[in-house]
Amino acid sequence: MKENNMEKFGFTISKGRQIDYESNDRRIAEYIFKREPSFRLCIECGGCSATCTTGNLTKFSLRELHILIKRGENDQVRQNIRKCMLCGKCTLVCPRGVNTRNIVVLAKQAFQKSDEYAI
Amino acid sequence: MSKQVIIIGGGVAGLEAAGQLSKAGIEVSLIEKENKTGGHLNKWYKLFPDRRNSSEVKEYLDGITHHDGIKLLTNTTIEKFNRNKSHFSIITNEGKELTADAIVVATGFDLFKSARKEEYGYGIYDNVITSTDLEEMFRKGKIVLSNGNVPKTIGIVHCVGSRDEKVGNLYCSKLCCVTAVKQAIEIREHLPESKVFCFYMDMRMGGAFYEELYREAQEEWGVNFIRGKVSEAGEAIDNKLIIKVEDTLAGRPLKMEVDLLVLMAGMEMSEGGKKIAKMGGLNTGENRFFAVADHHYGSNRSNIKGVFYAGTCTAPMSITETISHARAAVSEVMDYLKNERK
Repeated sequence: MKENNMEKFGFTISKGRQIDYESNDRRIAEYIFKREPSFRLCIECGGCSATCTTGNLTKFSLRELHILIKRGENDQVRQNIRKCMLCGKCTLVCPRGVNTRNIVVLAKQAFQKSDEYAI
Repeated sequence: MSKQVIIIGGGVAGLEAAGQLSKAGIEVSLIEKENKTGGHLNKWYKLFPDRRNSSEVKEYLDGITHHDGIKLLTNTTIEKFNRNKSHFSIITNEGKELTADAIVVATGFDLFKSARKEEYGYGIYDNVITSTDLEEMFRKGKIVLSNGNVPKTIGIVHCVGSRDEKVGNLYCSKLCCVTAVKQAIEIREHLPESKVFCFYMDMRMGGAFYEELYREAQEEWGVNFIRGKVSEAGEAIDNKLIIKVEDTLAGRPLKMEVDLLVLMAGMEMSEGGKKIAKMGGLNTGENRFFAVADHHYGSNRSNIKGVFYAGTCTAPMSITETISHARAAVSEVMDYLKNERK
Protein backbone atom coordinates (compact mmCIF):
# COMPACT_ATOMS: atom_id res chain seq x y z
CA MET A 1 0.00 0.00 0.00
CA LYS A 2 2.70 2.34 1.03
CA GLU A 3 4.69 1.55 -2.08
CA ASN A 4 1.74 2.30 -4.34
CA ASN A 5 1.40 5.72 -2.80
CA MET A 6 5.05 6.33 -3.41
CA GLU A 7 4.61 5.44 -7.05
CA LYS A 8 1.89 8.02 -7.41
CA PHE A 9 4.38 10.62 -6.41
CA GLY A 10 6.77 9.36 -9.02
CA PHE A 11 9.05 7.56 -6.56
CA THR A 12 9.89 3.93 -6.30
CA ILE A 13 11.95 2.11 -3.78
CA SER A 14 14.63 0.43 -5.78
CA LYS A 15 15.81 -2.97 -4.77
CA GLY A 16 19.53 -3.08 -4.12
CA ARG A 17 21.68 -4.34 -6.95
CA GLN A 18 23.94 -6.37 -4.69
CA ILE A 19 24.03 -10.10 -4.77
CA ASP A 20 22.97 -10.88 -1.21
CA TYR A 21 25.09 -13.96 -0.83
CA GLU A 22 23.83 -15.00 2.60
CA SER A 23 20.14 -14.63 1.83
CA ASN A 24 20.27 -16.14 -1.63
CA ASP A 25 18.98 -19.64 -2.14
CA ARG A 26 21.64 -21.91 -3.49
CA ARG A 27 19.70 -25.15 -3.34
CA ILE A 28 19.46 -25.23 -7.13
CA ALA A 29 23.23 -24.95 -7.33
CA GLU A 30 23.73 -27.65 -4.69
CA TYR A 31 21.36 -29.94 -6.54
CA ILE A 32 23.47 -29.59 -9.69
CA PHE A 33 26.86 -29.81 -7.96
CA LYS A 34 25.86 -33.16 -6.51
CA ARG A 35 24.75 -34.67 -9.80
CA GLU A 36 27.10 -32.98 -12.27
CA PRO A 37 30.46 -32.28 -10.60
CA SER A 38 31.84 -30.71 -13.81
CA PHE A 39 29.61 -27.75 -12.88
CA ARG A 40 32.49 -26.62 -10.65
CA LEU A 41 34.99 -26.44 -13.50
CA CYS A 42 33.76 -23.40 -15.43
CA ILE A 43 36.39 -20.70 -16.00
CA GLU A 44 33.97 -18.24 -17.60
CA CYS A 45 35.63 -18.30 -21.02
CA GLY A 46 32.33 -17.88 -22.83
CA GLY A 47 32.98 -20.57 -25.44
CA CYS A 48 29.52 -22.04 -24.78
CA SER A 49 27.77 -18.70 -25.19
CA ALA A 50 29.68 -17.88 -28.36
CA THR A 51 28.58 -21.05 -30.07
CA CYS A 52 25.03 -21.10 -28.68
CA THR A 53 22.32 -20.61 -31.32
CA THR A 54 19.80 -19.37 -28.78
CA GLY A 55 22.34 -16.96 -27.36
CA ASN A 56 23.07 -15.52 -30.77
CA LEU A 57 19.40 -14.78 -31.42
CA THR A 58 17.97 -13.94 -28.01
CA LYS A 59 19.14 -12.59 -24.71
CA PHE A 60 20.43 -15.86 -23.38
CA SER A 61 23.90 -16.59 -22.05
CA LEU A 62 24.74 -20.00 -20.71
CA ARG A 63 27.87 -18.69 -19.08
CA GLU A 64 25.87 -16.05 -17.27
CA LEU A 65 23.21 -18.55 -16.23
CA HIS A 66 25.89 -20.77 -14.70
CA ILE A 67 27.25 -18.00 -12.56
CA LEU A 68 23.77 -16.82 -11.56
CA ILE A 69 22.84 -20.33 -10.39
CA LYS A 70 26.06 -20.52 -8.38
CA ARG A 71 25.26 -17.21 -6.72
CA GLY A 72 21.67 -18.20 -6.04
CA GLU A 73 20.18 -15.55 -8.33
CA ASN A 74 17.56 -18.05 -9.33
CA ASP A 75 14.72 -15.84 -10.54
CA GLN A 76 16.66 -14.69 -13.60
CA VAL A 77 17.64 -18.25 -14.37
CA ARG A 78 14.19 -19.75 -14.05
CA GLN A 79 12.80 -17.56 -16.80
CA ASN A 80 15.75 -17.81 -19.10
CA ILE A 81 16.66 -21.43 -18.97
CA ARG A 82 13.55 -22.43 -20.88
CA LYS A 83 15.05 -20.94 -24.02
CA CYS A 84 17.72 -23.66 -24.26
CA MET A 85 17.04 -26.15 -27.07
CA LEU A 86 19.42 -28.73 -25.58
CA CYS A 87 21.43 -29.04 -28.78
CA GLY A 88 24.64 -29.65 -26.79
CA LYS A 89 27.03 -27.53 -28.86
CA CYS A 90 28.08 -25.81 -25.64
CA THR A 91 29.30 -29.11 -24.27
CA LEU A 92 31.28 -29.81 -27.44
CA VAL A 93 33.29 -26.60 -27.27
CA CYS A 94 33.90 -26.41 -23.52
CA PRO A 95 37.66 -26.46 -22.83
CA ARG A 96 37.05 -27.60 -19.26
CA GLY A 97 34.80 -30.51 -20.20
CA VAL A 98 31.79 -29.05 -18.40
CA ASN A 99 28.64 -30.93 -19.34
CA THR A 100 26.69 -27.75 -19.86
CA ARG A 101 23.75 -29.47 -21.47
CA ASN A 102 23.27 -31.70 -18.47
CA ILE A 103 23.47 -28.69 -16.19
CA VAL A 104 20.52 -27.13 -18.01
CA VAL A 105 18.57 -30.38 -17.69
CA LEU A 106 19.39 -30.62 -13.99
CA ALA A 107 18.54 -26.96 -13.39
CA LYS A 108 15.10 -27.50 -14.90
CA GLN A 109 14.64 -30.58 -12.73
CA ALA A 110 15.75 -28.67 -9.66
CA PHE A 111 13.32 -25.82 -10.32
CA GLN A 112 10.50 -28.27 -10.74
CA LYS A 113 11.41 -30.05 -7.52
CA SER A 114 11.69 -26.81 -5.62
CA ASP A 115 8.22 -25.87 -6.84
CA GLU A 116 6.99 -29.15 -5.43
CA TYR A 117 8.92 -28.47 -2.21
CA ALA A 118 10.91 -31.61 -2.98
CA ILE A 119 14.34 -30.06 -2.43
CA MET B 1 90.33 -39.66 -16.94
CA SER B 2 87.71 -36.96 -16.94
CA LYS B 3 84.05 -37.78 -16.54
CA GLN B 4 81.74 -38.00 -19.52
CA VAL B 5 78.21 -36.72 -19.87
CA ILE B 6 75.81 -37.11 -22.77
CA ILE B 7 73.35 -34.30 -23.35
CA ILE B 8 70.31 -35.14 -25.41
CA GLY B 9 69.04 -32.06 -27.24
CA GLY B 10 70.88 -29.01 -28.53
CA GLY B 11 68.35 -26.31 -27.78
CA VAL B 12 68.72 -23.61 -25.16
CA ALA B 13 68.80 -26.05 -22.21
CA GLY B 14 71.21 -28.49 -23.84
CA LEU B 15 73.61 -25.78 -24.98
CA GLU B 16 73.64 -24.07 -21.60
CA ALA B 17 74.23 -27.39 -19.80
CA ALA B 18 76.98 -28.31 -22.27
CA GLY B 19 78.70 -24.98 -21.79
CA GLN B 20 78.60 -25.15 -17.99
CA LEU B 21 79.66 -28.79 -17.81
CA SER B 22 82.62 -28.29 -20.13
CA LYS B 23 83.68 -25.30 -18.05
CA ALA B 24 83.81 -27.65 -15.08
CA GLY B 25 86.10 -30.00 -16.97
CA ILE B 26 83.54 -32.59 -18.00
CA GLU B 27 83.66 -34.17 -21.44
CA VAL B 28 80.36 -33.60 -23.16
CA SER B 29 78.70 -35.30 -26.11
CA LEU B 30 75.88 -33.09 -27.31
CA ILE B 31 73.31 -34.87 -29.44
CA GLU B 32 71.04 -32.85 -31.71
CA LYS B 33 68.51 -34.28 -34.15
CA GLU B 34 68.53 -31.28 -36.50
CA ASN B 35 71.47 -30.16 -38.60
CA LYS B 36 72.22 -27.26 -36.26
CA THR B 37 71.83 -26.36 -32.62
CA GLY B 38 69.53 -23.69 -31.21
CA GLY B 39 66.17 -25.44 -31.30
CA HIS B 40 63.15 -23.18 -31.29
CA LEU B 41 65.37 -20.15 -30.86
CA ASN B 42 66.23 -20.41 -34.57
CA LYS B 43 62.62 -19.80 -35.52
CA TRP B 44 62.05 -16.80 -33.31
CA TYR B 45 62.67 -13.21 -34.32
CA LYS B 46 62.58 -11.17 -31.13
CA LEU B 47 62.12 -12.27 -27.54
CA PHE B 48 59.83 -11.10 -24.78
CA PRO B 49 59.80 -9.11 -22.62
CA ASP B 50 62.52 -6.76 -23.87
CA ARG B 51 62.17 -7.59 -27.58
CA ARG B 52 65.85 -8.21 -28.08
CA ASN B 53 66.89 -10.17 -31.13
CA SER B 54 66.89 -13.94 -30.57
CA SER B 55 70.23 -14.16 -32.36
CA GLU B 56 71.88 -12.41 -29.41
CA VAL B 57 70.94 -15.29 -27.12
CA LYS B 58 72.05 -17.76 -29.78
CA GLU B 59 75.40 -15.97 -29.97
CA TYR B 60 75.80 -16.26 -26.21
CA LEU B 61 75.03 -19.99 -26.33
CA ASP B 62 77.36 -20.54 -29.26
CA GLY B 63 80.03 -18.69 -27.33
CA ILE B 64 79.86 -20.87 -24.23
CA THR B 65 79.69 -24.08 -26.26
CA HIS B 66 82.74 -23.22 -28.31
CA HIS B 67 84.86 -25.54 -26.23
CA ASP B 68 87.19 -28.45 -26.91
CA GLY B 69 85.46 -30.53 -24.27
CA ILE B 70 82.20 -30.58 -26.27
CA LYS B 71 81.69 -33.07 -29.02
CA LEU B 72 78.70 -32.01 -31.10
CA LEU B 73 76.74 -34.62 -33.02
CA THR B 74 74.11 -33.09 -35.28
CA ASN B 75 71.57 -35.01 -37.38
CA THR B 76 71.77 -37.57 -34.64
CA THR B 77 69.00 -39.42 -32.89
CA ILE B 78 69.08 -42.15 -30.30
CA GLU B 79 68.13 -45.69 -31.14
CA LYS B 80 69.12 -47.46 -27.94
CA PHE B 81 69.55 -46.41 -24.38
CA ASN B 82 71.34 -48.88 -22.09
CA ARG B 83 72.26 -48.67 -18.46
CA ASN B 84 74.73 -50.91 -16.74
CA LYS B 85 74.88 -50.00 -13.06
CA SER B 86 76.16 -46.45 -13.09
CA HIS B 87 77.28 -46.55 -16.66
CA PHE B 88 75.23 -45.44 -19.62
CA SER B 89 75.61 -46.29 -23.26
CA ILE B 90 73.72 -44.90 -26.19
CA ILE B 91 73.51 -46.16 -29.75
CA THR B 92 72.88 -43.44 -32.31
CA ASN B 93 70.98 -43.67 -35.59
CA GLU B 94 74.34 -44.11 -37.29
CA GLY B 95 75.10 -47.12 -35.13
CA LYS B 96 77.71 -45.30 -33.12
CA GLU B 97 78.07 -46.16 -29.44
CA LEU B 98 78.55 -43.39 -26.90
CA THR B 99 79.22 -44.02 -23.25
CA ALA B 100 78.77 -41.75 -20.27
CA ASP B 101 78.74 -41.47 -16.51
CA ALA B 102 75.58 -39.36 -16.54
CA ILE B 103 72.90 -38.20 -18.95
CA VAL B 104 71.21 -34.84 -19.25
CA VAL B 105 67.89 -35.00 -21.07
CA ALA B 106 67.15 -31.66 -22.72
CA THR B 107 64.68 -32.69 -25.37
CA GLY B 108 62.59 -29.54 -25.05
CA PHE B 109 59.07 -29.07 -26.30
CA ASP B 110 57.06 -29.24 -29.52
CA LEU B 111 54.60 -26.53 -30.37
CA PHE B 112 51.02 -27.74 -30.28
CA LYS B 113 49.91 -28.76 -33.76
CA SER B 114 47.22 -26.18 -34.37
CA ALA B 115 45.46 -28.19 -37.08
CA ARG B 116 44.21 -30.41 -34.26
CA LYS B 117 41.99 -27.54 -33.17
CA GLU B 118 39.92 -27.89 -36.33
CA GLU B 119 37.39 -25.22 -35.42
CA TYR B 120 40.05 -22.54 -35.89
CA GLY B 121 40.74 -23.63 -39.46
CA TYR B 122 44.52 -23.90 -39.44
CA GLY B 123 45.52 -25.75 -42.59
CA ILE B 124 42.05 -25.12 -44.01
CA TYR B 125 41.94 -21.34 -44.37
CA ASP B 126 45.02 -19.69 -45.83
CA ASN B 127 45.03 -16.71 -43.51
CA VAL B 128 44.94 -18.63 -40.29
CA ILE B 129 48.54 -18.86 -39.09
CA THR B 130 50.39 -19.77 -35.91
CA SER B 131 52.67 -17.75 -33.67
CA THR B 132 55.67 -19.45 -35.32
CA ASP B 133 54.46 -18.57 -38.82
CA LEU B 134 54.17 -14.97 -37.69
CA GLU B 135 57.73 -14.99 -36.31
CA GLU B 136 58.91 -16.10 -39.73
CA MET B 137 57.03 -13.19 -41.30
CA PHE B 138 58.72 -10.82 -38.84
CA ARG B 139 62.09 -12.28 -39.78
CA LYS B 140 61.39 -11.62 -43.43
CA GLY B 141 60.04 -8.19 -42.52
CA LYS B 142 56.87 -8.84 -44.46
CA ILE B 143 53.46 -9.44 -42.95
CA VAL B 144 51.16 -10.33 -45.79
CA LEU B 145 48.07 -12.36 -46.49
CA SER B 146 48.06 -15.34 -48.82
CA ASN B 147 47.11 -13.06 -51.73
CA GLY B 148 49.99 -10.68 -51.00
CA ASN B 149 47.82 -7.94 -49.50
CA VAL B 150 48.60 -6.28 -46.20
CA PRO B 151 46.22 -7.27 -43.38
CA LYS B 152 44.26 -4.45 -41.76
CA THR B 153 42.58 -6.33 -38.94
CA ILE B 154 44.41 -9.04 -37.09
CA GLY B 155 42.96 -11.37 -34.45
CA ILE B 156 45.14 -13.24 -31.96
CA VAL B 157 43.72 -16.32 -30.25
CA HIS B 158 45.22 -17.23 -26.88
CA CYS B 159 45.28 -20.73 -25.36
CA VAL B 160 45.38 -22.82 -28.56
CA GLY B 161 46.15 -26.29 -27.29
CA SER B 162 46.53 -25.12 -23.70
CA ARG B 163 43.98 -25.26 -20.87
CA ASP B 164 41.86 -27.35 -23.16
CA GLU B 165 40.51 -30.69 -22.13
CA LYS B 166 39.34 -31.33 -25.69
CA VAL B 167 42.93 -31.74 -26.85
CA GLY B 168 44.05 -33.44 -23.66
CA ASN B 169 46.10 -30.54 -22.32
CA LEU B 170 44.86 -29.34 -18.98
CA TYR B 171 47.90 -27.21 -18.23
CA CYS B 172 48.64 -23.59 -19.04
CA SER B 173 51.63 -23.11 -21.37
CA LYS B 174 52.12 -19.84 -19.50
CA LEU B 175 54.17 -18.07 -22.19
CA CYS B 176 51.63 -17.74 -24.98
CA CYS B 177 49.96 -14.75 -23.28
CA VAL B 178 53.14 -12.72 -23.24
CA THR B 179 54.01 -13.96 -26.74
CA ALA B 180 50.62 -12.67 -27.92
CA VAL B 181 51.29 -9.29 -26.35
CA LYS B 182 54.77 -9.13 -27.86
CA GLN B 183 53.53 -10.14 -31.30
CA ALA B 184 50.60 -7.70 -31.11
CA ILE B 185 53.07 -4.90 -30.48
CA GLU B 186 55.29 -6.06 -33.32
CA ILE B 187 52.36 -6.21 -35.74
CA ARG B 188 51.45 -2.65 -34.82
CA GLU B 189 55.06 -1.64 -35.26
CA HIS B 190 55.27 -3.21 -38.73
CA LEU B 191 51.79 -2.13 -39.77
CA PRO B 192 50.88 1.14 -38.05
CA GLU B 193 47.53 1.25 -39.86
CA SER B 194 46.43 -2.12 -38.55
CA LYS B 195 44.07 -2.99 -35.73
CA VAL B 196 44.97 -5.87 -33.44
CA PHE B 197 42.59 -7.78 -31.17
CA CYS B 198 43.68 -10.35 -28.59
CA PHE B 199 41.09 -12.88 -27.48
CA TYR B 200 42.01 -14.25 -24.08
CA MET B 201 40.52 -16.26 -21.22
CA ASP B 202 42.90 -14.88 -18.60
CA MET B 203 45.94 -12.69 -19.12
CA ARG B 204 48.73 -14.57 -17.40
CA MET B 205 51.53 -12.09 -17.07
CA GLY B 206 53.52 -13.81 -14.36
CA GLY B 207 57.09 -13.16 -15.48
CA ALA B 208 59.32 -10.20 -14.79
CA PHE B 209 58.27 -7.23 -16.96
CA TYR B 210 55.41 -9.12 -18.64
CA GLU B 211 52.70 -6.97 -17.06
CA GLU B 212 54.60 -3.85 -18.10
CA LEU B 213 54.65 -5.11 -21.67
CA TYR B 214 50.89 -5.71 -21.50
CA ARG B 215 50.41 -2.14 -20.33
CA GLU B 216 52.68 -0.86 -23.09
CA ALA B 217 50.61 -2.77 -25.65
CA GLN B 218 47.50 -0.92 -24.47
CA GLU B 219 49.04 2.45 -23.86
CA GLU B 220 51.46 2.90 -26.71
CA TRP B 221 50.26 0.51 -29.36
CA GLY B 222 46.48 0.57 -28.93
CA VAL B 223 46.14 -3.20 -28.89
CA ASN B 224 42.59 -4.30 -28.05
CA PHE B 225 41.85 -7.06 -25.57
CA ILE B 226 38.57 -8.97 -25.57
CA ARG B 227 37.86 -11.50 -22.86
CA GLY B 228 36.44 -14.65 -24.37
CA LYS B 229 37.52 -17.90 -25.90
CA VAL B 230 37.05 -17.95 -29.66
CA SER B 231 34.68 -20.81 -30.38
CA GLU B 232 35.16 -20.99 -34.14
CA ALA B 233 36.53 -19.32 -37.26
CA GLY B 234 34.95 -19.46 -40.68
CA GLU B 235 35.77 -17.95 -44.03
CA ALA B 236 33.57 -15.41 -45.81
CA ILE B 237 33.30 -15.18 -49.59
CA ASP B 238 35.86 -12.35 -49.75
CA ASN B 239 38.45 -14.51 -47.94
CA LYS B 240 37.95 -12.63 -44.70
CA LEU B 241 37.76 -14.71 -41.58
CA ILE B 242 34.73 -14.50 -39.35
CA ILE B 243 35.29 -15.35 -35.75
CA LYS B 244 32.73 -16.06 -33.08
CA VAL B 245 33.39 -15.39 -29.44
CA GLU B 246 31.52 -14.27 -26.37
CA ASP B 247 32.59 -10.88 -25.19
CA THR B 248 32.22 -12.15 -21.64
CA LEU B 249 32.69 -8.78 -20.01
CA ALA B 250 29.95 -7.24 -22.13
CA GLY B 251 27.94 -10.43 -21.65
CA ARG B 252 27.05 -10.73 -25.32
CA PRO B 253 28.17 -12.87 -28.24
CA LEU B 254 30.48 -11.04 -30.59
CA LYS B 255 31.18 -11.59 -34.26
CA MET B 256 34.19 -10.05 -35.95
CA GLU B 257 35.79 -10.07 -39.37
CA VAL B 258 39.56 -10.26 -39.44
CA ASP B 259 42.02 -10.50 -42.30
CA LEU B 260 44.55 -12.56 -40.44
CA LEU B 261 44.09 -14.89 -37.48
CA VAL B 262 47.13 -15.82 -35.40
CA LEU B 263 46.91 -18.87 -33.15
CA MET B 264 49.02 -18.91 -29.98
CA ALA B 265 50.08 -22.54 -30.03
CA GLY B 266 50.93 -23.97 -26.64
CA MET B 267 53.83 -26.16 -25.62
CA GLU B 268 53.72 -29.96 -25.49
CA MET B 269 56.14 -32.70 -24.57
CA SER B 270 58.30 -33.24 -27.64
CA GLU B 271 58.03 -36.35 -29.77
CA GLY B 272 61.74 -36.90 -29.24
CA GLY B 273 61.25 -36.71 -25.50
CA LYS B 274 58.45 -39.27 -25.61
CA LYS B 275 60.73 -41.64 -27.47
CA ILE B 276 63.51 -41.24 -24.91
CA ALA B 277 61.04 -41.71 -22.05
CA LYS B 278 59.91 -45.02 -23.48
CA MET B 279 63.41 -46.20 -24.33
CA GLY B 280 64.97 -45.24 -21.02
CA GLY B 281 62.07 -46.11 -18.72
CA LEU B 282 61.75 -42.50 -17.61
CA ASN B 283 58.53 -41.48 -15.91
CA THR B 284 56.25 -38.94 -17.47
CA GLY B 285 53.46 -37.02 -15.79
CA GLU B 286 49.80 -36.64 -16.56
CA ASN B 287 50.72 -33.68 -18.74
CA ARG B 288 53.10 -36.01 -20.68
CA PHE B 289 56.21 -33.97 -19.81
CA PHE B 290 58.97 -35.78 -17.90
CA ALA B 291 57.98 -36.27 -14.28
CA VAL B 292 60.57 -34.70 -11.99
CA ALA B 293 61.67 -36.32 -8.72
CA ASP B 294 60.41 -33.43 -6.63
CA HIS B 295 58.61 -30.29 -7.71
CA HIS B 296 60.25 -28.08 -5.10
CA TYR B 297 63.83 -29.23 -4.77
CA GLY B 298 64.36 -31.96 -7.32
CA SER B 299 63.11 -30.62 -10.62
CA ASN B 300 66.28 -31.74 -12.41
CA ARG B 301 66.26 -35.30 -11.10
CA SER B 302 64.50 -38.23 -12.74
CA ASN B 303 63.42 -41.63 -11.50
CA ILE B 304 66.77 -43.04 -12.67
CA LYS B 305 69.98 -42.23 -10.84
CA GLY B 306 72.38 -40.48 -13.16
CA VAL B 307 69.71 -39.19 -15.56
CA PHE B 308 68.89 -35.52 -15.19
CA TYR B 309 66.52 -33.08 -16.85
CA ALA B 310 67.13 -29.60 -18.13
CA GLY B 311 64.57 -27.15 -19.46
CA THR B 312 61.20 -27.47 -21.12
CA CYS B 313 61.18 -31.25 -21.32
CA THR B 314 59.79 -31.03 -17.78
CA ALA B 315 57.32 -28.14 -18.15
CA PRO B 316 56.75 -24.97 -20.18
CA MET B 317 59.51 -22.47 -19.39
CA SER B 318 60.79 -19.16 -20.70
CA ILE B 319 64.37 -18.87 -21.96
CA THR B 320 65.40 -17.22 -18.71
CA GLU B 321 63.96 -20.10 -16.72
CA THR B 322 65.38 -22.68 -19.11
CA ILE B 323 68.89 -21.34 -18.68
CA SER B 324 68.54 -21.32 -14.90
CA HIS B 325 67.12 -24.84 -14.97
CA ALA B 326 69.99 -26.07 -17.14
CA ARG B 327 72.54 -24.57 -14.75
CA ALA B 328 70.76 -26.26 -11.85
CA ALA B 329 70.94 -29.55 -13.75
CA VAL B 330 74.69 -29.09 -14.08
CA SER B 331 75.01 -28.57 -10.35
CA GLU B 332 73.06 -31.82 -9.78
CA VAL B 333 75.27 -33.66 -12.27
CA MET B 334 78.46 -32.42 -10.62
CA ASP B 335 77.20 -33.45 -7.20
CA TYR B 336 76.23 -36.86 -8.53
CA LEU B 337 79.57 -37.48 -10.25
CA LYS B 338 81.54 -36.40 -7.20
CA ASN B 339 79.53 -37.81 -4.33
CA GLU B 340 76.81 -40.21 -5.31
CA ARG B 341 78.05 -42.31 -8.13
CA LYS B 342 79.30 -45.67 -7.02
